[in-house]
Amino acid sequence: MTENIIEVRDLVKHYPVTRGVVFKKTIGHVKAVDGVSFDLKAGETLGVVGESGCGKSTLARVLMNLEKPTAGQVLYKGQDISKLSGGALRRLRRQIQLVMQDPYTSLNPRMTVGDLIGEPFEIHPEAAPRGSRRGKVKELLDLVGLNPEHINRYPHQFSGGQRQRIGIARALALRPEVIVCDEPVSALDVSIQAQVMNLLEKLQAEFGLSYVFIAHDLSVVRHLSDRVAVMYLGKMVEVGTEDEIYERPTHPYTQALLSAVPVPDPTLRDNKAIIRLTGDVPSPVSPPSGCRFRTRCWKAQEVCAQEVPLLQIRRGSDHPSACHFAERREIVPTHEAA
Amino acid sequence: MSDPSTASIVSTPPAHMPTEAGSGAPVDAGLPESAQKEQKPRSLLGDAWQDLRRKPLFWISAAFIVLFVVMAAVPFVFTSGDAVNGDLARSRVEPSSSAWFGYDVQGRDVFARTIYGARASIVVALLSTILTLLIGGAMGIIAGYRGGWVDALLSRIADIFFGLPFVLGSIVILTTFNGSGTDNGEWTIMGLVILSLTVLTWPVVMRLMRSSVLATKEADYIIAARAMGASTGRIILKHLLPNCLAPLLVYGTIMVGSFIGAEATLSFLGIGLKTPVVSWGIMISEAQNYIRVSPFLLFFPAAFLVTAVLSFVMLGEAVREALDPKLR
Repeated sequence: MTENIIEVRDLVKHYPVTRGVVFKKTIGHVKAVDGVSFDLKAGETLGVVGESGCGKSTLARVLMNLEKPTAGQVLYKGQDISKLSGGALRRLRRQIQLVMQDPYTSLNPRMTVGDLIGEPFEIHPEAAPRGSRRGKVKELLDLVGLNPEHINRYPHQFSGGQRQRIGIARALALRPEVIVCDEPVSALDVSIQAQVMNLLEKLQAEFGLSYVFIAHDLSVVRHLSDRVAVMYLGKMVEVGTEDEIYERPTHPYTQALLSAVPVPDPTLRDNKAIIRLTGDVPSPVSPPSGCRFRTRCWKAQEVCAQEVPLLQIRRGSDHPSACHFAERREIVPTHEAA
Repeated sequence: MSDPSTASIVSTPPAHMPTEAGSGAPVDAGLPESAQKEQKPRSLLGDAWQDLRRKPLFWISAAFIVLFVVMAAVPFVFTSGDAVNGDLARSRVEPSSSAWFGYDVQGRDVFARTIYGARASIVVALLSTILTLLIGGAMGIIAGYRGGWVDALLSRIADIFFGLPFVLGSIVILTTFNGSGTDNGEWTIMGLVILSLTVLTWPVVMRLMRSSVLATKEADYIIAARAMGASTGRIILKHLLPNCLAPLLVYGTIMVGSFIGAEATLSFLGIGLKTPVVSWGIMISEAQNYIRVSPFLLFFPAAFLVTAVLSFVMLGEAVREALDPKLR
């Protein structure tokens, strides 16, 4: 199970900023994703965390081949997906599916649930013969915990959590190998979040799925992920296993993020280090030189403005971190509540 | 980890093992007859029809529209009167049991004229509405969905037509092809009127459709469809069109009414339909000189026109509601 199913190499996605109506002049680039590399192994969940605007959703869109990367590659089993077209692209679309953030807008309001979940079969008719599709849709509804009798209902007749289950069923229909989840639970109630995450966990065990799980909520990511990547302003600042990131974070940004996670136990709350970051995220049009986090970092020195810290294993640490002064620091005093 | 394909509940095979046609057993084979019937697949159009069938408003407006269409097709079934020739001795005789709607200035039977007038009015209004919706809608979808230079080009072309004032534009078109001295047949004139109405109004529909498409095309469900590998045609037909149609339907039904009026305006100016062709518009414009002394001359054709317009508006409203699952 150590085969890499997706390899991302130095992925860059810049959006031009233009001025003028008829004669458009490019006056800059939004550097949404700026040199990201990671691997996704079969059956693994990679969590991607970061605050709003750090390029998480752009990463998802490039992974889904909805946007062409400016530079770099996304390799699916060794094939560069942005170079695929025609039949090869169609086959790829079967293997990588997307679960979107907002279940209220990701389902066409004028299609029945049967049509929504059945649509992948119509787009890829080779996946299932016509006569069996209806039955497959019902199996999928049952699998995600919805009543198969509701096949003729419309999305507005369901709650948010149920709609997200419909979205998951749609993504599962073609039996993909990878599902990219773009903040799949952030639009849901906390109680519903847990249900949907447990469903995702169950489906992974059953089908051997790989997830790229994007979220801005660290505790949500921890619950599901085998490995976690922390993003800041288009770059990955720290990558590691769940324990490495949550118990032994070395990058200051990760430490600051973790210190913001609420601790449910009032007796332990006082033990927690609180790191307050000042200032806002700099504009991705003109990010700071060197380390992008230096403008808000309490450890920043001269070298941070001159040298871009590489994402590599540093002294005194067991996982890659993009900080010149990477240092272990325990933020949350206890392990995740058992 | 074991091979997921053997342990799974869902029987869709992974992509590397394509299903052979006919290999899947019917899943609901064991279900009793009644349960199968209950779970018949339903679609938006099927559901809309189910919903429409229960609406009295739909049946009333549809009945009126059918009546007017039959009137346009076979007017002689409804009346044996003469719509063209009159007897001046009966000029402006009031309605009576022998002539239900009375006689006009030329002594022609108003009832017969109203029935025969349906053809020109309905044909002109319906055909120009359909043409306008088709041309404007198609242009709007192309401009909105493709964007970029295609959008810029189509929008500028639309702006040119938009800039022509309606009356001036149709006077130019119709005096060129249908001026005094020309001897065009009834259907040629109708075709010219339809053409000038369509040419001068399609930009409105295009703008409506374009803005609708622009608002819808960035929706998550369109992105989801693209991520699944749906073709452009499929996205437009299945996702874009059903969600952009509502404003078009509403505008279209209003257009039917305004086109009947526009046809009357052109006839009044002497460049549209000409006697001996009858239309409600011609009757109304003739009647307005005698509105004080013989109001019934105006009343009957106007009543037919209002009923026809109202029927189309109500039908459009009922269809729009039926096509929106949230309103059912």
